[in-house]
Amino acid sequence: MNLQDKITIMGLTDTGIVRRKNEDAIGYDSALGIVVLADGMGGHRGGEIASHMTVDTVIHQLQQNIPDITPGEVDAGSGFSMESICIQNAVVAANELVYKTAEENSEHKGMGTTIVVLQFYNNSFSLAHIGDSRCYRMRADKLEQITKDHSLLQELIDRGFYTPEEARNSMNKNLVTRALGIDPVVMPDIQEDIVLKNDIYLLCSDGLTDLVEDEDIYLTIKQFSANLEEAAKQLITKANQNGGKDNISVMLCRIDDDFSSKIGWFKKIVAWFDE
Amino acid sequence: MVAKLITTSSTGEKTEFELVNETTTIGRKPGNDIQIDNLSVSGRHAQVITILEDSFLEDLGSTNGTYVNGKLVKKHALENGDNITLGKYQIIYQNSAGSGEQDFEQTMIIRPGEEGMPEEAGGKEIDKSVQKISAAIASEAAATAASPMANREACLQLLSGANAGKELILTKALTTIGQPGVQVAAITRRPQGFFLIHVDGGPNNSVPKVGGSPIGSNAHELKSHDIIEVAGVKMEFYLK
Repeated sequence: MNLQDKITIMGLTDTGIVRRKNEDAIGYDSALGIVVLADGMGGHRGGEIASHMTVDTVIHQLQQNIPDITPGEVDAGSGFSMESICIQNAVVAANELVYKTAEENSEHKGMGTTIVVLQFYNNSFSLAHIGDSRCYRMRADKLEQITKDHSLLQELIDRGFYTPEEARNSMNKNLVTRALGIDPVVMPDIQEDIVLKNDIYLLCSDGLTDLVEDEDIYLTIKQFSANLEEAAKQLITKANQNGGKDNISVMLCRIDDDFSSKIGWFKKIVAWFDE
Repeated sequence: MVAKLITTSSTGEKTEFELVNETTTIGRKPGNDIQIDNLSVSGRHAQVITILEDSFLEDLGSTNGTYVNGKLVKKHALENGDNITLGKYQIIYQNSAGSGEQDFEQTMIIRPGEEGMPEEAGGKEIDKSVQKISAAIASEAAATAASPMANREACLQLLSGANAGKELILTKALTTIGQPGVQVAAITRRPQGFFLIHVDGGPNNSVPKVGGSPIGSNAHELKSHDIIEVAGVKMEFYLK
């Protein structure tokens, strides 16, 4: 099913006002409902290479594999949809490529990247992430962060040293505990959920969330929900007005219409009540 | 600039302790990094963990408690000038590095067994001990990531309706429950656990309940033995 008319997807990336280069990378395929964002790290262009390599590999792999599967079909062993399995395989492939490239080129040693991948299908999504790039959902006039950062700061919050509010002023913001390309193997966190009409999904790098409060992000998306490009521009402008310390990437996806595949997810819902 | 704890003795003499190690223990008994000979202080009273330029105070189950600026704390992220009280004894935390505007803007990766930070780590010398504790936390994080709660088997048991007693094992990453046109909810498995999400409230826009209270529009984290009500059917969620 072509999702072009069902979901509006748009993305912008900006160097910010402090850095000289943009190490973030974004990419999407509107027809297949694929959205990918990566925030690279590592010296000598390493971050740039890692993030672009990752986005390209993941999109390419998904473009190859997603059209061949039945939307929403579940892998019995893991309980994940086949889309989730495809994403996991794509992330593993990107990890191997970045890791190998870093091993073979001493100047890129230690390069890595965060990643968030969102794949829409059959009125649902699969979402995978590694690191501190995030996915938020705007639904019923509320903004909710649906990924949990792999960062030292999140660990400290989990251990009770900080409240999320106090964490804003911490200096340990930019230490990630998991990244793609650093080790021979990596496991993304994967989740699946149902999509509703008018949902808006935001993928972003920490260049946005470190500088713009969730409340501000909420208000901006609310104000410009009908014009995602304007919403993305406004979010980037706000991050730059607040210091623009890091590269800022913003991707927005709005669900405009139902895109259930033929089998119908409603039928599956009743299935176990009727059994 | 190294952060310090400044103690004042009963005779008014000030002593400074630099927080150079990842852990600094404070207590009455010998063997503590900072020993305070005062009966109101417990044998092992509190510890300060220092990561990069931030320090964290943790009470170790002391008898008289640990206070920061007059407030009882279990765990506390220390800020410059904080007044720490252990029993009848006071300590000042000093960190002239300030916070927020330092050189750690560049994202760095910490990982288990890491021997050094990646290059361009803000151009700063990072203390070995800091690397050690960061790596320790990273390794713990990796360990939790490898065995998430999500690996535990979760079940729903119907408590009311025609199928009362029936059990559904939540083997899928996403399970939808309810009745179309009445109320539909989803249970999604995230790495940190299982979450109930309101999907469709039908004509009355009714919201699923957990423990008798309607959940909001945000994902609601489920605890074992939570009683869920969707589409008028009660069910118990539990982890095996």
